[in-house]
Amino acid sequence: MGQRQYKLVTCTINGKERSAMVDVRASLTDMLRNEYELTSVKKGCEVGECGACNVIINGECFNSCIYLAVWAEGKDIRTLEGLEGPNGELSDIQQAFIDETAIQCGFCSPGFIMTAEEILERNKIYTDDELRKLLSGHLCRCTGYENILRAVKKTMYKRQGLEMPEDLQPNEDFHSTPDVGPYNRLTGETACIKEPRYSR
Amino acid sequence: MYDIKALYEAESVEDAIRLLTEHPEAQIIAGGSDVLVQIRGGRRAGKELVSIYMIDDMRGVSMLEDGTIRIGSLTSFYHIAEDPIVQKYIPVLGEAVSTVGSPQVRCIGTIGGNTCNGVTSADSSSTLHALDAIVEVTGPNGVRTLPIKEFYLGPGKVDLAHNEVQTAIMIPKAAYEGYYGNYIKYGMRNAMEIATTGCSVNVKLSDDKKTILDIRIGYGVAGPVPLRAVTAEAAGKGQPVSMDTVKLVSEKVLEDVKPRDSWRASKEFRLHLCKTMAERATIEAIKRAGGDI
Repeated sequence: MGQRQYKLVTCTINGKERSAMVDVRASLTDMLRNEYELTSVKKGCEVGECGACNVIINGECFNSCIYLAVWAEGKDIRTLEGLEGPNGELSDIQQAFIDETAIQCGFCSPGFIMTAEEILERNKIYTDDELRKLLSGHLCRCTGYENILRAVKKTMYKRQGLEMPEDLQPNEDFHSTPDVGPYNRLTGETACIKEPRYSR
Repeated sequence: MYDIKALYEAESVEDAIRLLTEHPEAQIIAGGSDVLVQIRGGRRAGKELVSIYMIDDMRGVSMLEDGTIRIGSLTSFYHIAEDPIVQKYIPVLGEAVSTVGSPQVRCIGTIGGNTCNGVTSADSSSTLHALDAIVEVTGPNGVRTLPIKEFYLGPGKVDLAHNEVQTAIMIPKAAYEGYYGNYIKYGMRNAMEIATTGCSVNVKLSDDKKTILDIRIGYGVAGPVPLRAVTAEAAGKGQPVSMDTVKLVSEKVLEDVKPRDSWRASKEFRLHLCKTMAERATIEAIKRAGGDI
C-alpha cells in the first residue's frame, strides 16, 4: 500500500448537506457507518447480494457496499434514519413491519424498508408478483418473506387511501423455474439425451 | 475498505483516455458490480483504477437523426428498461436487462460494463447480438465503431485497447424496424442469478404475417462468448410461419451452439436448453409480431 489517498466528499444525507474527508478505498457503507454513524446501513454479504446495506440515492435503491464513497459526491442519500418523524415517530412502513411481524432478528429490515419506501413513493399499485420482483434484491433468513410482502402491500394500499382488496395471493411464479420439457433432473434423462454425472 | 492501490477519477471521456494512457496498469471501473466484487474476492485486489462512473455524458438513451438508437455505455439496466425509446422500439432489450441480478444491481450495473467484461452469460449481450448492435469505442485517435460480434475476441477478452473506452452501443434502424423479439433466461432461481443459458430471438414477418422474412437468434452461455445461431437463422429465413418452421429452426440451432460442462449445468443439459429456448422464444417473438402460431 502506497500513500493513502483521501477526498472531500460533499453530499446530502437525510436532508442535510454533509462533508467528510474519506479514504478513496471506502465503500459508501463504510462512509455512512463510520463518518456519520448511520448504523442502520448493515454490512451483510458486502458483494451486493443480500441488500442489507441498501440506501436510496437520488431516488433509486443501491447496495451501498458495492458503491464507492467518492461517487456520493453531490448525491442525495437517504437511509432508514431519515424516515424518523420530528419526534422520533416511526413511519407507516416501519410500523407495518412491526404490525405484520415482518421483523425477527432485524438485520435485513433497514434495507428492506428502504426498498419498500422507494416502491411506495412511486404511488402505484403493484400486483403481488410485481412486488415480489421489486423486493427480490433482499435476503431474509427469518421471516420467510410473506409477512414482509404483506406489510409492503398493506402500506401501498393505505397510502393510496384504499382498502387492501385481498390478502397475498399464491406466488404464480413460484413453480416457474422454466419447464424445460421432458427432462429428469435426477437421472439427467431427456427425450433425446442423457446428462452424465458430474462433480463440482 | 477495498484493496485499491490508487483511484483516478475521470471527469470526461477525454480525461479517462488521458488517465489510462498515463497509468498503463490501471483498469476501468464503471458501475463496479463486477470490479468491486472481484477486488473483494482477491482477483483484482491491489490494482489501480480509473473510475468513469461520474461521467454523466455517457448516460442515457437517444435517437439519432437516421433512426439509430444510441445507448450511452454507462446507462444502468434500470434506466434502459424504463426508457421510453427502448420500450417503444426495442422492448426485448428492456426485457433482457430486467433479468439481471436484483433491482439494486440493475441500478448500478451498466450495459457497457456488461459487454466489456467479455463474459458469455451477460444478459444484455445475447439480445444485443440478436439486434445487430454496433459498439462505439473512443480512444486517443478518435471514435471507431464495430459490430458487437467482432467486439468479443474470446472469453473475458474484448476489442478494447488499454487506453480506449467503450462509449456507446447503437442499434441501427434497419436492425429493429419491423422486428419483434423475446428473451428467455434459464436459471435456478428468478433473482440474483447468472444465466445457465440465455436465448434472444428477433423476427420480422411479411406484411400478411405468413412468412418469416428474417430471424436472428442470439445466445449467452452457449459457447465461450455470446454468439449467433447463423445456420438456424438461414434455415428459418423465408420459411412460412408454422410449427414446422419453428421445429426446424430449433433443431438447426444445435449446429451452431457449443456449450460446455460447468458446475452450473452439463453440456447436454445446455444443448437441451438451447433447443427448447429457441423454440419457445421464436414462438413468442412470432406472436408479438402478429403471427398466428
